[in-house]
Amino acid sequence: MVHKIIAIVHKDIIAELRTKEMFSSMFVFALLVIVIFNFAFELRVANVKQVAPGMLWVTFTFAGMLGLNRSFILEKDRGCLEGLLLAPVDRSAIYFGKMLGNLIFMSVVEAIVLPIFWVLFNPPLFSPALALVILLGTLGFAGVGTLFSAIAVHTRAREVMLPILLFPVVLPLMIAAVKLTGGLLDGQPLAEMHNWLNLLVGFDMVFLTVSYMTFDYVVEE
Amino acid sequence: MKARSFMATNVLNGITALAMLVALYLALVYAPPAANLVGAAQIAQRIFYFHVPSAWVGFLAFFVTFVASIAYLWQGGRQWDILALSSVEIGLVFTTMVVTTGPLWARPTWGVWWVWSDPKLSTVAILWLIYFAYLMLRNTVEDEARRARLAAVLGIVGFLDVPIVFGAVRWWGQSVAHPIVFGTGGLSGSPRMLTAFLFCLGAFTLVYVTLLVQRVRLEGMRHEVERLRSQVTDHVSRFTPRI
Repeated sequence: MVHKIIAIVHKDIIAELRTKEMFSSMFVFALLVIVIFNFAFELRVANVKQVAPGMLWVTFTFAGMLGLNRSFILEKDRGCLEGLLLAPVDRSAIYFGKMLGNLIFMSVVEAIVLPIFWVLFNPPLFSPALALVILLGTLGFAGVGTLFSAIAVHTRAREVMLPILLFPVVLPLMIAAVKLTGGLLDGQPLAEMHNWLNLLVGFDMVFLTVSYMTFDYVVEE
Repeated sequence: MKARSFMATNVLNGITALAMLVALYLALVYAPPAANLVGAAQIAQRIFYFHVPSAWVGFLAFFVTFVASIAYLWQGGRQWDILALSSVEIGLVFTTMVVTTGPLWARPTWGVWWVWSDPKLSTVAILWLIYFAYLMLRNTVEDEARRARLAAVLGIVGFLDVPIVFGAVRWWGQSVAHPIVFGTGGLSGSPRMLTAFLFCLGAFTLVYVTLLVQRVRLEGMRHEVERLRSQVTDHVSRFTPRI
């Protein structure tokens, strides 16, 4: 099971390294979001640092959305999805493989965006607690996102469908992630915000389980 | 058999119409005005008799969709898919009523149309978005079996999200004043108000059931028409001389 999942992740990474299509579009898009937010907020918000947690998560989710969209469209357009489904692997291995691939791509983009964010706004970004929050937030987002990406690719509207499906469902995740990030930037210790951390972990567990259980029905031909 | 079921739905329609008329009377005339309120807020309070039952029906409808979606994935069967779809459509109508009657009441009482920090308001807004997306999803999938499967997955995931959204917004928001009319900490529940409220709750549930029955029947008839039509085309093409 584990080596099958790794094989799928490996396949996605190799395909991405050959084209760098998804990564470059996510990265440039993330930069653009930061630039636009910077100008959009500067006129009315006295201290841009106050909106930093929200900006950070909107940047992550918008860029992640691009990556998630590509995730299954690439498979579908070149007929790879059928091949993947015919391969002697469990459907759950496909789900976890694709999910881990998306998680890795998003994390790499985040790892590059964070220093840029720091240069521009100087918030105290580098702490293990914040890294944990970002990882948990991204995990939940990639978890539901992979399921919804597989749903959206089977619709006529495809790219348009994914955000419409995904954003309402990940709202509690966003609330928790922004709250935690804001608290950490204000210097609050993570232990004081354990209810938000519980919410984040709970969301991840519930939706990873449900996505894993229902993925089979989504890709089934 | 067909004629009898037609009779039965007609009787159901009649009872529901009657119940709604009585509900209107109870809510607008029978129930006393809230003693602790004045002016516009006192009049707006009567929205409560329709607002809360609408919210209840909305949640009930989406719960029915949740159960029907699980049943569809578990054992298949078109009837589960039809039930899930019908329930979403009705639930969306009632949720829309909730988010329109709510602000009408909130403006004279709270002074604002909408607050995001109230878990009930935010949860209903998110519910509305999720199930609107549900209908959009169904409209963009051609294959019938696939449409049913994808919709069922969303019907399950979407409903599971509801308590999490509620919890998240409750922690997020500062203290809010969504009133509790009856029960502990209740505002002003007089016995007549309680009677009116409970009757409205029942009447709205009856409206839900009636609409659901009609909607499911409609879908069945649509299916039947399609079947007959294809039968006729087969028949015609068999007897048309080839030129």
